[in-house]
Amino acid sequence: METSRSYKGIFVLLIILLAVAFILNVSLGSVGIPLKDIFASLSGGEVSKSSWDYIIIDYRLPKAITAVLVGSGLAISGLLMQTLFRNPLAGPFVLGLSSGASLGVAILILGAGAFGGVIGGLLTSEWSLVIASALGSFIVLLAVLAVTLRIKDTMAILIIGLMFGSVTAAVVAVLSYFSDAEQLQQYVFWSFGSLGNQSWNGVLILSICTITGIAISFLVSKSLNALLLGENYAKSMGVRIKRTTLLLIITTSILAGGITAFAGPIAFIGLAVPHITRQWITTSNHRIFIPAVLLFGSIIMLICDVVAQLPFSEYTLPINAITSLMGAPVVIWLLVRKRKLLF
Amino acid sequence: MTSEKEHIILKADGLSIGYFGKKKIDVIAKEISFNFSEGTLISLVGANGIGKSTLLRTLSGMQKRIEGNVFIHNKQLETYHPIELATLLSVVLTEAPTSKNLSVLEFVSLGRQPHTNWMGNLSTTDREKVVWALTQTDTTALKQRSCFELSDGQMQRVAIARALAQDTSIILLDEPTTHLDLYHRANILKLLKRLTQETGKTVLFSTHEIDLAIQLSDQMILMTEKETLIDAPGQLIIKGHFNDLFPSDTIFFDSNTGRFGIKK
Repeated sequence: METSRSYKGIFVLLIILLAVAFILNVSLGSVGIPLKDIFASLSGGEVSKSSWDYIIIDYRLPKAITAVLVGSGLAISGLLMQTLFRNPLAGPFVLGLSSGASLGVAILILGAGAFGGVIGGLLTSEWSLVIASALGSFIVLLAVLAVTLRIKDTMAILIIGLMFGSVTAAVVAVLSYFSDAEQLQQYVFWSFGSLGNQSWNGVLILSICTITGIAISFLVSKSLNALLLGENYAKSMGVRIKRTTLLLIITTSILAGGITAFAGPIAFIGLAVPHITRQWITTSNHRIFIPAVLLFGSIIMLICDVVAQLPFSEYTLPINAITSLMGAPVVIWLLVRKRKLLF
Repeated sequence: MTSEKEHIILKADGLSIGYFGKKKIDVIAKEISFNFSEGTLISLVGANGIGKSTLLRTLSGMQKRIEGNVFIHNKQLETYHPIELATLLSVVLTEAPTSKNLSVLEFVSLGRQPHTNWMGNLSTTDREKVVWALTQTDTTALKQRSCFELSDGQMQRVAIARALAQDTSIILLDEPTTHLDLYHRANILKLLKRLTQETGKTVLFSTHEIDLAIQLSDQMILMTEKETLIDAPGQLIIKGHFNDLFPSDTIFFDSNTGRFGIKK
């Protein structure tokens, strides 16, 4: 696919912005640490207080990396879904993927009480959380896809997403009735969404999910470009639709499921970031668009996290609330300004 | 129909088309046989719902045939790898691209997909083909525009440019003249005529512009309730087949002028 202009300037700007946002994210928090010590700690040098070193290396750095992984992964999964469903309103949250993932996690955490003992302990390990969450979103995506094959109406898939949200809420309500307070609390905190408190092991698992998902997206970018013309045109150019669709669904499930398992359901990043990116990058060529969405997603997530931290205060807001507060107005503004979301 | 020496590009042999229902097979048209050689302009005419789109979809391999065979370059359609087929046959559909945000250049260059590597990188040859396709369809001036800004006539030319960029020996077009005024209809059909003459491509298009099609096409496929006829337009007029096209109580065909009239 030929692109009419070069986006080098924008990419350089985005990379600088990413670096700035990353450093900002690491340097701001409930404890004020001088910038000099931040750099010293990151580069392995001498830090004035040893507790600062601990805060930066074991708390803030994994959190910032998580923000980058979550932001870029969710944004890419949103983009994949918008291209796959040919619907500008598609995104992991809107389509109920996050709900599906929540359902998987709810059954795992709240259901663990029912299984009890050894099995319960095994079930709540980090990998099982990822698998339950990815399975949940995979099932929802398959359901959404089954509906889109029968009904060619774009509204239908949005309604399906809403329904899955309700089903999740209902199942969680039933499960919470039977589970004990500790497990319920664990689930509720998870559902607020949080980038913090990740172990380095958790960050590793998260990065495996995200990097796999993003790598596959790059590999299928040629087919994604063909899909921009619609299924029939793509077919006429030799794209094997069924295979590509399945690959895209698995990729989105890994991305949305894996991320939701670690960070909880995070709204609007998947839906809004591709649209925000379109304001800057006018090409639809996925080979350029995917890296741009990736950078935008990371930057926006880092900034949202800074806001959620309420720098210099002891409070932390749920990250899910911040992304919704920032994302919803952006989508509305885009709709009103452009009358129609183009993709 | 065609002389023996010429290379047969598109061939149908006892083809039946239709849909596979849950219980029974719904045959729309049967016993369709033709041989089209290179550089032929073929128009496909018939009343609404007679199966023109179904025939085009079957020939392009998007829909399963019920009986008979389709041959492209003397090889059975189904035996081609999807990408190999895409280098031999391209389509121009009635639907606009789903992503309206695409620029004309992006849209046309997507036609090179079957020829590019896994990354979709365009080589010098690919770029030359895109420039050529834009020139042929007189759309070079539009190349920076977004698809959603184009008029129906412009969009149709751009869609043809995309098929040209795909550089196939066969192009199938589904009603390329709908929504266009007389000037643009004639313009598109003349473009197709010129392409078959100058590039040796075999172009098959469905249309409701029967009088224009009679004037320009080399061959016509006439689909009626009873049968599917394939012949040169002149022959079809002499044999009086156009009278069978529509119910005779409303429409009649004047074989002297080659036009339809309404019975008063």
